[in-house]
Amino acid sequence: MAIVSPGFRGRPRPAADLPPGQYPTEDFPVLSAGPTPRVTHDRWEFTITTETGAKHHWSWREVMALPAETVTVDLHCVTRWSKFGTTWQGVSLDTLLADVDTAADYAVAHSYGGYTTNLPLEDLLDGQAWLAYRYDGDDLTPEHGGPARLLVPHLYLWKSAKWVRGLRLGLEDEPGFWETLGYHDYGDPWREQRYQGD
Amino acid sequence: MGNGTDGDLGQVVDGNALAGPLTEVFAVDITTARARCTSCGATGPVAALRVYGRAPALVARCPGCAAVVLRFNRTPTAAWLDLQGATSLHFPLPG
Repeated sequence: MAIVSPGFRGRPRPAADLPPGQYPTEDFPVLSAGPTPRVTHDRWEFTITTETGAKHHWSWREVMALPAETVTVDLHCVTRWSKFGTTWQGVSLDTLLADVDTAADYAVAHSYGGYTTNLPLEDLLDGQAWLAYRYDGDDLTPEHGGPARLLVPHLYLWKSAKWVRGLRLGLEDEPGFWETLGYHDYGDPWREQRYQGD
Repeated sequence: MGNGTDGDLGQVVDGNALAGPLTEVFAVDITTARARCTSCGATGPVAALRVYGRAPALVARCPGCAAVVLRFNRTPTAAWLDLQGATSLHFPLPG
């Protein structure tokens, strides 16, 4: 579908840094499947719900009190752009999940505005995923998913849910918004897992 | 679903944007149909839906309540159509 503009083509990086079928860009395209939610910090809440129904809540203030990490990662969007060297600040999902008692294998991230995406729980652990609230030194703007978004840079960017409000943990894999419309359940850019069957 | 704003980034077009992509799966022009929104019950022409095209696929939302009415994804080898958000599509046809 030729709807998304390929945008500016940035300086070449070694081909080894670019997953198959991707091209580099230096701007930060905004893709959106709906109205941009505007959630104030005092109304914002993050909730992890386990397979037993147990809920763990964090207010904005409580998240801000958790240890923050700064990470610099490459982003790979399924619409074929990649952006190298993006710097984020946020809380590791290891921190948020540390005291959550679960036997779940899967997670569904759900967002303000209704978006969902599914991931194996193990892909959110071991320093692979963050609840990110600052980008390039500034508060994350609503257009890029603020107040906070999931950041899971080893998978295509649709897995890094914007405006994330929580995780539902489960024993079964439950496809999310794009995964129920033909996109791949896992979405590894290095294996070019764009669509179901890839 | 609709606690936000849109249009501020030029992200939204009207339902006429569905006409071309959906010619591959419909024998008639879908933009002439009337859709009933599953979420709020409003009925209106498909051409009046609000379509988000700067996304991995086309997402058409109700102009009243912003719920998803229709989604369409054309992959290299298949077309995926989700009409879960439409109770019905009413096509005028020659008698």
